[in-house]
Amino acid sequence: MALFLVNVLDGLVTGLLLFMLCSGLTLIFSMMGVLNFAHASFYMLGAYFAYQISLVTGFWAGLIIAPLVVGVIGAGIERYGLRRVHKFGHVPELIFTFGLALLIEEAVQFFWGKSQLPFSEPEALDFAAFAIAGNAFPAYKVFMIFVAMGIFLTLLYILTKTRIGMTIQAALSYPETVQNLGHNVPLVFMCVFGVGTAMAGLAGVIAGPVLGVFPGMAVQLGSIVFVTIVIGGLGSLWGALVASLIIGWMQTFATAYDVTAEQILTAIGFTKPELIWDHPLQDLWTLTLPQLGPILPYLLMVIVLVLRPQGLMGKRES
Amino acid sequence: MSLASKTPLTAGTSRLISLSNTMPWAFAALFLLCLPFVFQSNSALTIMNQMAITIVFALSYNMLLGQGGMLSFGHAVYMGLGGFFAMHVMNMVEGGLWLPLPLLPIVGGLFGLIFAFLIGSFSTRRAGTVFAMISLGVGELIAACSVIIVVFFGGEEGISGDRTMGPPVFGYEFLTQQEVYYLTIFWLLLATLLMYLFSRTPIGRITNAVRDNEERAEFLGYSQRNVRWISFCASGFFAGVAGSLFAINFEILTEENLNLATSGSILLVTFIGGAGFFVGPIIGAVVFTLLQTVLGLHTELWSLYLGILFVSCVMFFPSGFAGLVAMHRRPFALGKLHLLIKPYLKAAIPVVTSVLSLAAILEILFHKRHGYGGDHEMVLYGIAFDSSGYQAIAMAAVIAAISLFLVSRILPEIRAAWDSANHAESRT
Amino acid sequence: MNAPAIELRNLEKSFGLARIIQGVNLKIAKGERHAVIGPNGAGKSTLFNLITGRFAPTSGGVFLHGEDVSGLKPFEINRRGLSRSFQVTNIFSNMTVFENIRCGLLWTMGYRYSFWHMIGRQADVTEKADEILAQINLTQRRNELAGTLAYAEQRALEIGITIAGGADIILLDEPCAGMSHSETDLIVDLIRKVTEDKTLLIVEHDMGVIFDLADRISVLVYGEVIESDTPDVVRASARVKEAYLGASLEEEAM
Ligand SMILES: Nc1ncnc2c1ncn2[C@@H]1O[C@H](COP(=O)(O)OP(=O)(O)OP(=O)(O)O)[C@@H](O)[C@H]1O
Ligand SMILES: [Mg+2]
Repeated sequence: MALFLVNVLDGLVTGLLLFMLCSGLTLIFSMMGVLNFAHASFYMLGAYFAYQISLVTGFWAGLIIAPLVVGVIGAGIERYGLRRVHKFGHVPELIFTFGLALLIEEAVQFFWGKSQLPFSEPEALDFAAFAIAGNAFPAYKVFMIFVAMGIFLTLLYILTKTRIGMTIQAALSYPETVQNLGHNVPLVFMCVFGVGTAMAGLAGVIAGPVLGVFPGMAVQLGSIVFVTIVIGGLGSLWGALVASLIIGWMQTFATAYDVTAEQILTAIGFTKPELIWDHPLQDLWTLTLPQLGPILPYLLMVIVLVLRPQGLMGKRES
Repeated sequence: MSLASKTPLTAGTSRLISLSNTMPWAFAALFLLCLPFVFQSNSALTIMNQMAITIVFALSYNMLLGQGGMLSFGHAVYMGLGGFFAMHVMNMVEGGLWLPLPLLPIVGGLFGLIFAFLIGSFSTRRAGTVFAMISLGVGELIAACSVIIVVFFGGEEGISGDRTMGPPVFGYEFLTQQEVYYLTIFWLLLATLLMYLFSRTPIGRITNAVRDNEERAEFLGYSQRNVRWISFCASGFFAGVAGSLFAINFEILTEENLNLATSGSILLVTFIGGAGFFVGPIIGAVVFTLLQTVLGLHTELWSLYLGILFVSCVMFFPSGFAGLVAMHRRPFALGKLHLLIKPYLKAAIPVVTSVLSLAAILEILFHKRHGYGGDHEMVLYGIAFDSSGYQAIAMAAVIAAISLFLVSRILPEIRAAWDSANHAESRT
Repeated sequence: MNAPAIELRNLEKSFGLARIIQGVNLKIAKGERHAVIGPNGAGKSTLFNLITGRFAPTSGGVFLHGEDVSGLKPFEINRRGLSRSFQVTNIFSNMTVFENIRCGLLWTMGYRYSFWHMIGRQADVTEKADEILAQINLTQRRNELAGTLAYAEQRALEIGITIAGGADIILLDEPCAGMSHSETDLIVDLIRKVTEDKTLLIVEHDMGVIFDLADRISVLVYGEVIESDTPDVVRASARVKEAYLGASLEEEAM
């Protein structure tokens, strides 16, 4: 039971982190129709910038400054790159952001090299917040939960209580109405892209100490982020939240419980062949749940797509 | 309902085989046949084989991207699976199955087709962004599975085989690189021809129509999903052929053949070459393989350069190299191509020096940051110097600035020449 | 045998809370030229979209030759012999004019999803496509990209694509919108020529065209058919004058 609780909390951390990425991505997608393939790259940039800043000023300044820098870079890329490609349509835009992801990864390696950087949580949070039956739960993770929740609540507040938020919301449900945002649609687009990427940057800063800062961190999370918003339903913020949490918990529980296929198969009544190595069913017998963990999101995506092509909370396919 | 009966064999205004449409193919075949006499080393043959495989793969990718408007981030799956199955069949040949090696690509192609059929059944319902995301997810799924299903994919080491165990074909056992080269170009030509012909069938043309305006096609009796699905299967087949050729050439397949990086690089190859043209992917594959092998020998930064090339291609010349060439068709038709020669030549030197000096800045910066153990000795373009001070980089910066300035001065002249070269004289 | 070519039974369509089509009943006999008129926003295009499968009806049914086709996909309905044009030009702009027409032909000429025919070698297709190009006066433009044509030419091409497949029910949505008088005359002649012994359903704002072409006229106002009869009756109807002319007078006043 205690272990279960710890896993619930761990899964929540992963899920909320994922959601911080997905929400920015969804925001950009719904407003601009652009799926930002480089979204996880901005997340990576956030972590690297925060590392660089933390060398001079410590963690906390990085937490604020790095996302801002990422946001400004994002807005700049929208202004001078994406907008150019916009007239060719959404597929070229997607190809552009794909190229951007390649380029950012190369640039990061150019400046910081290929190895992992020593970026750790601030000392102020380097203690166990509480323990559940002997399992210490780090204060930093509590902090992560609070930041993610804070972002979510702020977003919710802006979307439901402010004028610009309501316009954005209208645009989320009826993309055609984006033109009603006023006379300066390009400016709005630039800001949305900036804010979305800044949120990814922030996610990068707080995830860096836990997941590590290395050039592969964008690839590690990139595909999962897309899979999440496809599962949730492209363009649905609530769908993104639900899917993020499902995937967070699914992956945490899969790694935590070492259920093996052997146990299940024997329980059903099969007997394990004597010579399991090089047996055609070798993989079936030696399969374990932690092994399966990484593919679960993709499997879920395929199942959802087959049964419900519009995603869990997406609008009906038109 | 018999479809064939409606079209008599004699139908058609042009003969099936005519000089004008077989010439390019004959020429290409002759050229490829002669290449090994010029480049005789095994490494050159390997590079050419790799180029041929990339061409087939890129052409099959362009059946989706260029002809069908489907952006896939997971096309390596079909090449990889085709290759893995081909490899297993190759090992079965070793175990006694009778199959001449030249027929192996058919096996790989069929498996590529089968998987494209299965996955296409749900992924081709929509085009655009949705298709792209599904292809990504499926690609990641299969790549992740390859680590788990060790029996089939061989885990980390992958699986390997021996191509020489099959029955000899006309006395050839495919022991030498040269024999493999001829096998590869045979399939290169055949696959290219088939893909070219596919683009000129009714389904090929309707695929273009669906790319252009999927809705209108639905009101003409065509289900956009079925149209995409069929193209997707055909494309999967040729990707599988490319995978088998890979298996034959390298005798090993690993997870790398399936993963996102491979899928991404084929997108890059196709786009740089020019997705809107049939020859685009061919140009792209040649350029890419050369960059990878030649540039890769000289600098660690080659993939950074490739990334820069790709992004600038998307931004500034989205129709790729083939598009740049095709732009000159009109001046050529007007007989005014000569107007462009002088400004182009004038621009050539500043353009080359600015590219080289900008690259030099990057190289020196990179060396400064990551030079091993305080090693300041650096050799660039045959010049040895010390990278630690500011002199070298300042020099590169000055050269870059001067050449960029020169380029900017010549640009208006090029533009003017371009306008006049594209302007037909008022008819008399 | 004598089932009407198109029959609408209690057809309704709502977008959210807005009831755009509110219970339309209509029978169009085989070979009839039927016009739908009505003020802007009355739901004429929506009606077309319901008949052709672009939208699924909220309730009610669409019948072609007595067969219920409601809820079928556009291509399934097209294969039952119905073809339509669009109010907003909807062509393959990156393909040549000739190829546009050819795309309209391939399904019905039996080539379907064929990958065993060479498209350039099918003389029957080429001949038929050129015939249609001649009919719509675009032979000169044969090899130009459709996107580069002038507006009137694109409208003609739109009609060309629509009739190419030889469907026996043709729906035209404002084929003459935005055209000059002379262009309109050409298009009307064209329509008359290509829809001979076919069923035609046409939406048009130009009353001259309507009274010239139509055997019967239905008047759609706010999603309801308020009158459906011969041109003479409709012209004389007080209800129509009140509803339709009232609306169009308002429009003119704006
Ligand atoms: N997809 C849709 N979603 C919501 N409302 C729609 C949709 N399509 C049409 N409408 C609404 O339905 C009403 C009828 O539109 P429709 O285009 O059918 O009118 P129309 O009679 O063709 O007008 P016009 O003469 O201007 O072409 C309009 O008020 C329009 O805003
Ligand atoms: Mg209308």
